[in-house]
Amino acid sequence: MFGKSITRRSFIGGAGLATIAGLAGCSSSSDSSSSASSSASGSDRKGSVYWLNFKPELDETAQKLASDYMSAYPNVKVKVVTAASGTYEQTLTSEMDKSAAPTLFVIGNQDGVKEWGDYAMDLKDTAIAKLLNTDEYDLYDASGKLVSIGYCFECYGIVANSKLIESAGHSLDDIKDFASLKTVVEDIHKNAATLGFDAFAATDLDSSSSWRVTGHLANLEYYYEEQDDGGWDKCPASIKGTYMENYKNLFDLAVNNGPVDPTTLATGGHDPATEFTDGKVAFLLTGSWDYANISKKQTETHCIPYYCGVKGEEKAGLNCGTENRWAINDNASDEDKQATMDFMVWLVSDPDASKAMVEQLGIMPYTGAAESTNGYLTDAVKYSSDGCYTMDWATNYQPNVDDYRAALVSALNAYTADESDANWALVKTAFVDGWATQYAKANA
Amino acid sequence: MSASKKISASNSRLRSLQRWGLLFLGPVVAAFIIGFVWPFIQGIYLSFCSFKLTSNAKFIGVANYLSAFADDSFRYSFGYTALTAIVSLVLINVIAFAVAYALTQGIKGSNLYRTVFFMPNLIGGIVLGYIWSMIFDGILSAYSTSILLDTTLGFWGLIILMCWQQIGYMMIIYIAGLQAVPEDMLEAARIDGATRWQTLTKVTIPNVMPSITICMFLSLTNGFKLFDQNLALTGGLPYIIQSDGSTVNTTEMLALNIYNTFYNSNTSMRGVAQAKAVIFFILVAGLGLFQLAYTRKREVQQ
Repeated sequence: MFGKSITRRSFIGGAGLATIAGLAGCSSSSDSSSSASSSASGSDRKGSVYWLNFKPELDETAQKLASDYMSAYPNVKVKVVTAASGTYEQTLTSEMDKSAAPTLFVIGNQDGVKEWGDYAMDLKDTAIAKLLNTDEYDLYDASGKLVSIGYCFECYGIVANSKLIESAGHSLDDIKDFASLKTVVEDIHKNAATLGFDAFAATDLDSSSSWRVTGHLANLEYYYEEQDDGGWDKCPASIKGTYMENYKNLFDLAVNNGPVDPTTLATGGHDPATEFTDGKVAFLLTGSWDYANISKKQTETHCIPYYCGVKGEEKAGLNCGTENRWAINDNASDEDKQATMDFMVWLVSDPDASKAMVEQLGIMPYTGAAESTNGYLTDAVKYSSDGCYTMDWATNYQPNVDDYRAALVSALNAYTADESDANWALVKTAFVDGWATQYAKANA
Repeated sequence: MSASKKISASNSRLRSLQRWGLLFLGPVVAAFIIGFVWPFIQGIYLSFCSFKLTSNAKFIGVANYLSAFADDSFRYSFGYTALTAIVSLVLINVIAFAVAYALTQGIKGSNLYRTVFFMPNLIGGIVLGYIWSMIFDGILSAYSTSILLDTTLGFWGLIILMCWQQIGYMMIIYIAGLQAVPEDMLEAARIDGATRWQTLTKVTIPNVMPSITICMFLSLTNGFKLFDQNLALTGGLPYIIQSDGSTVNTTEMLALNIYNTFYNSNTSMRGVAQAKAVIFFILVAGLGLFQLAYTRKREVQQ
């Protein structure tokens, strides 16, 4: 009996200790793995970098570059985490709350500056900022702090397959404004059955594709309005909707001249990018990020401006800008901030690293970065050197961007199901009045 | 002498049991506190705060609750959720009971049917939502409409989805209840000349009241808490665009409304979302307990 109770007691004690040890093991395992790797020497660089990447298509490259960097500088620990598509804000929120928060993250637009600007280090006159060859993509907060800097820029417009356009008896060079675009598009759509391809890829309004119209196409309205206002330097409290007709011109042209019934666009699932790369359509609303994919199968494609019926649009260029902007976490230790800075400088200046980045991202606006091979960015540069105006991304000012765009999608769904004036009035309400409402909410 | 020794031995065993019992409870209690109690308390605290990250919350009193109650979309989603929950509660339980009743009448192959009916329950809500949205839109596109365009379609679509998913689960519980109805009671009813309908309402249903209680509880709370099916099937669409540009998301249920408030809006709304979540908890817990107490009263002791 006595012996039995001893064994039981010792068993319990042992099990309890094992449990506690197990729990302790759980909680400390992540720390020990990060400190274990910093034993070797060979470089004066040390510290740890945690890059929260928001571009899923960059993930593979980023992971590889991180491991390359760690083998070059064994004292530095680089961790790259990529938020799943559309969940960057959620991921950033939870990661920033942790003790090992990201040291390098993305503040892509004015909304982001408002939300995360306090967490960003002032990048003015830092090593990375000095390498920039333009200040066009910098974001400042109200106090003049340089919150984030662009690491690449992109452009978008209407991507057109010039080979298909020629086989339909037209030429891409004929398209100079909205009227000529409309002629070509409607002619191709009319003869789609004999040509074997249609004009516009399905402009799906599901979440995988609605950004084409709620984010990108909408930019033409904001941009021209911004020009009338003499340029915006912060989010305006309201917009007037002066160019809604032009937005409608191009939206109608895109949705009514494709292979699918406009009423099915709300549901989506037509995979417009594949329609275009397979040569089944001649036009697609997209931009430079799709070039790598498209050029694998379609060799003669170009990006043309949003011709929408605005006066003087013969001189329009592409929509160029970025949401890819780096910020350094100001709450990180000085050592980690330095490590992060060194890592960024390496990414944009090391020949191999910047080449890998440029292949994924397009142009990186840094002296010493690799040259771009992206055809649509080349188009953008050509328009600009021909004296055309570049349309900047006024879209980045959209207040409460997710809510604002969701409302616009709902209104566009109703409009594509029934293209009546009453339904377009709702689109206009969501577009124009929705801006003021969301602005008021965001700045309450 | 030996008796007192025995007593002290059993006392010490009791004491050692008390002492070591705590250790045994330890891991579970710790996990429960870490995983539930602490986050719950923190969640309630945060609902009185303005915060962007949970580590820098600032106490602001009941302002969040006032904004939550003043929010049109929250009030709308409350009504919509209540309607969905009640309709699905009735449909799921009636159909599940009917199916269970049929499958306990000795039909050939009833085991196969039970398995087939139960299987939808094994599929995750997000997957189900997307699959059903394809099915519905496949049909509705023939009528040039979509589940995303019509509130009524969105409502019934969600009801069909919920029924399809949950009937099998409730059916299993009802089958267990039906099989536990004492055979001698049924036999006595037969001998007394009761009709089938009388047997069902006077003998069978009172005896399966415990199953009805649990099924009603589950389907009511499931209905109120529904999130992933709602997100994947309609995501709140269509919206009513009000003249000032604000929206009412006509198929958005409470949980999705809270989620959208937390993540889609600007970060100043996070405290409000948290307050909504606390209101949501009180509501679901209160309704569930009320319903349990009510149906318990109707259970019979065998």
